[in-house]
Amino acid sequence: MADREFTSASFNQFLGEHKLMASRCRSCAALYLPPRALCPACHGEEMEWVEMGSSGVLLAFTTIHIAPTAMIEAGYGKENPYCTGIVQLAEGPAISAQILGLDPRLPAQIAVGTQVRVAFVERGEGDKRRTHLAFEA
Amino acid sequence: MTVRKLGRGVAIVGAGMSRFGAFPGDTSRDLFVEAFREMRASVDKGFDPRDIEAIYVGNYSSDLFEGQGHIAPIMADWVGLTPRPATRVEDACASGGVALRQGIVAIASGLYDVVLVGGVEKMTNLPTERVTDTLATAGDVLYEIPAGFTFPGFYAAMATAYMARYGATPETLMRVGLKNHDNGALNEKAQFGATIRQVMDKRIAGAKAKGRPVPTWPDEMAFLHDDAANPVIAWPMRLFDCSPISDGAAVVLLVAEPLARSFTDSPIAIVGSGQASDSALHGRSSLTGIRAAQLAAEQAYTMAGVTPADVKVAEVHDCFTIAEILATEDLGFFAAGEGWRAAEEGLTARTGPRPVNTSGGLKSKGHPVGASGVGQVLEVWKQMRGIAGARQVGANVDLALTHNVGGTGQTCVVHIFERR
Repeated sequence: MADREFTSASFNQFLGEHKLMASRCRSCAALYLPPRALCPACHGEEMEWVEMGSSGVLLAFTTIHIAPTAMIEAGYGKENPYCTGIVQLAEGPAISAQILGLDPRLPAQIAVGTQVRVAFVERGEGDKRRTHLAFEA
Repeated sequence: MTVRKLGRGVAIVGAGMSRFGAFPGDTSRDLFVEAFREMRASVDKGFDPRDIEAIYVGNYSSDLFEGQGHIAPIMADWVGLTPRPATRVEDACASGGVALRQGIVAIASGLYDVVLVGGVEKMTNLPTERVTDTLATAGDVLYEIPAGFTFPGFYAAMATAYMARYGATPETLMRVGLKNHDNGALNEKAQFGATIRQVMDKRIAGAKAKGRPVPTWPDEMAFLHDDAANPVIAWPMRLFDCSPISDGAAVVLLVAEPLARSFTDSPIAIVGSGQASDSALHGRSSLTGIRAAQLAAEQAYTMAGVTPADVKVAEVHDCFTIAEILATEDLGFFAAGEGWRAAEEGLTARTGPRPVNTSGGLKSKGHPVGASGVGQVLEVWKQMRGIAGARQVGANVDLALTHNVGGTGQTCVVHIFERR
């Protein structure tokens, strides 16, 4: 695990193993999600993998009715909206992901600040099928 | 902040735009020629197009929208400017504003005296789903788009963060759309040349003509709350919170300021220019303001030696209604968290103390993405010259500003103009 490159391919490989992995700068300890190979804060080049815990808080959200093609192929759209948002993990970094366990038809009842937990969903057709990060309220 | 000045002054001496809208028979080059012809006619003392030394074209994605890459030399050719250097500038929806900045830098450096800056986009060939996918490529396709985000979705998420922090409501956002439709109704080039009331009346008349049930909306807000008439795109963004899918082009003629008087007695000087970049939305410390816009504005104000209070008219990037509220705060017109109250109180109305988007903005005028940043300049150029017709503001518009955002604010560019 420790020797995987700090790339999106590695990040997605970890998701397939149901692990949410960030990278941490060995020089300044800044934490990056998605992972970076070069520290944008101090320009350090020595990074290490850190597994995130499961808890986070919803910073912003939306319910999507006009969906992109990939989500239409997953069964979403006007008749079946979904919730997506930005979640800040307890460790600090924030990331975009689909939000499960909330009613996308009642968006006014969804609250910024809701506690969520890391989840993993399988999405995509054929060779595009992979594990995606999600959060569950 | 270090005060950066242009190496020499730059002025706008001509400007033109095509109609904005959906034009099935017109390609990018047709629209660009239309804008060029209007610009040419606008130069008070006339000029020889052969005096143009270089051309910069803002364009987001002719590749995906029209299947045509490498669009700058085609635009140059169609307006008779080859073999002059022709450069395409791509920074998503800020492509036009950044193309303007490239033209300014080119003249300020002393490399050229006369430069054509244009923007063009032809979006309506594709069905809505593919336009949604194409616009989404301005986000992070590795980490944002797989989460299910769309462009309306990004701004909707910023709206939920803003509403939660400051107490604004979806109705606040609707007020921005109402205001910009009021302005666009006075703009003959606008895609929606109609107030929301006029849109409602048209639908009522249409229902009557077709013998369908006639809608009974007591007022505009009832129409805007009607899920059938104004469907949710990405809550709280409804259809009338979103700028439309548009075709259009706009161009301006820039010259070194000492030459300006040989083109017109009413040149508009560009006195401030700022630009900044940022990460994907989830990587930012604040979701209730756009840092790159704040930084670009600070650079532009500093270069111009002016303050937000000096700005008489502003065209801001209202790709979605929430974006206009954020812009009015990021530009320092109102304090953080106060922009929504200003919108509700009508302070940004055409007749208010702080007119914003007198053209109708992207919301009503239309948003051909690569053209929008240049289209904004057209409006302030008209307002500053007193030729904005029915939508001319009353105040003496001696200083104006444009604010152009790429993506969710990964790119922002701000310009300040002065009538000398």
